[in-house]
Amino acid sequence: MSMLDNARALAGVIRRPSVHFSLGFLAFGGFLFGVVFWGGFNWALEVTNTEAFCVGCHEMRDNPFAELKSTVHYTNRSGVRATCPDCHVPHNWTDKIARKTQASKEVWGKLFGTVDTKEKYDAHRLELATREWARFKANDSLECRNCHDLEYMDFTAQSKRASKQHETFLATGEKTCIDCHKGIAHRLPDMSGVKG
Amino acid sequence: MIRKTLIAIGVLALLSTGMSGGLAAEEKIATLRGAEMQTLPVPPAMGKVENTDLRRGRAYPEQPPTIPHKIRDYQIDKRLNKCLTCHSRAATAESQAPMVSVTHFMDREGQFLASISPRRYFCNQCHVVQTDAKLLLKNDFQDVDSVLGNAKKN
Repeated sequence: MSMLDNARALAGVIRRPSVHFSLGFLAFGGFLFGVVFWGGFNWALEVTNTEAFCVGCHEMRDNPFAELKSTVHYTNRSGVRATCPDCHVPHNWTDKIARKTQASKEVWGKLFGTVDTKEKYDAHRLELATREWARFKANDSLECRNCHDLEYMDFTAQSKRASKQHETFLATGEKTCIDCHKGIAHRLPDMSGVKG
Repeated sequence: MIRKTLIAIGVLALLSTGMSGGLAAEEKIATLRGAEMQTLPVPPAMGKVENTDLRRGRAYPEQPPTIPHKIRDYQIDKRLNKCLTCHSRAATAESQAPMVSVTHFMDREGQFLASISPRRYFCNQCHVVQTDAKLLLKNDFQDVDSVLGNAKKN
């Protein structure tokens, strides 16, 4: 049997009414299967969207996560903190799925040990960082703005220097967060030739 | 006999001044430490870093200017120097931050280099943040201008 015949047979099964199963069984069965499938899918999304999952690999635990620990996004006076997915996974559904799909390449990287030593990680640092900067630049630093909303920023509570920069460059839309705030959560790569 | 007595008195005098000097020093150290020599003093609370952008005057001649803003997590290593993002010659027009002094481009022979001299690269070796910590001792330093002004008056 050729491929085409196979496809025809399958189309026939889908098109014709069921002979052996009742409509009730198919409807309820389909509903239950749907619940389990969708629930499982969402569960998998949620599980892979936790910090525990991210630092499950030593590559992430020993490099970006270790570097995050001393920064204000991890420890500060009020104890509010950002976890990996807060900044690195978009929150709305379509962008999230797109990012998750891209991230499947990271599984490949894990399997083949692309960054499995400190030296290899450092060698890839600029490439990795550039990718994230480009993403933030493209979505106008959306993941920053999920918490740091310009609408609610009190410039008078900022230092003179900060309020001036934010008034001139952020409020006018001339620049976005990542243009000036690179490396606030992780150590930066060799920045020769990169602005920031 | 008289000579011997004199020597003895001299030695005694020396010893006593030495001892009292030592005692005085010990007392002074104790006041600075805030505890007896044998005990560990409670460390003072950490100063709060000022973020006011108000520059302070110098507290002694040739004091490296203090930093009037927070520098938490500023990376200064082989890969980059975060301070230079604003304070480098190229960046000051946009950032309006004070430019790195020209002396920082000199090597120790006094030759000017094209970029910051490696011995001046690590900013916070000399420049520190300003905190609200109280002075341990009163500082009556006067800069050279006020000294000259006083001399003219007198």
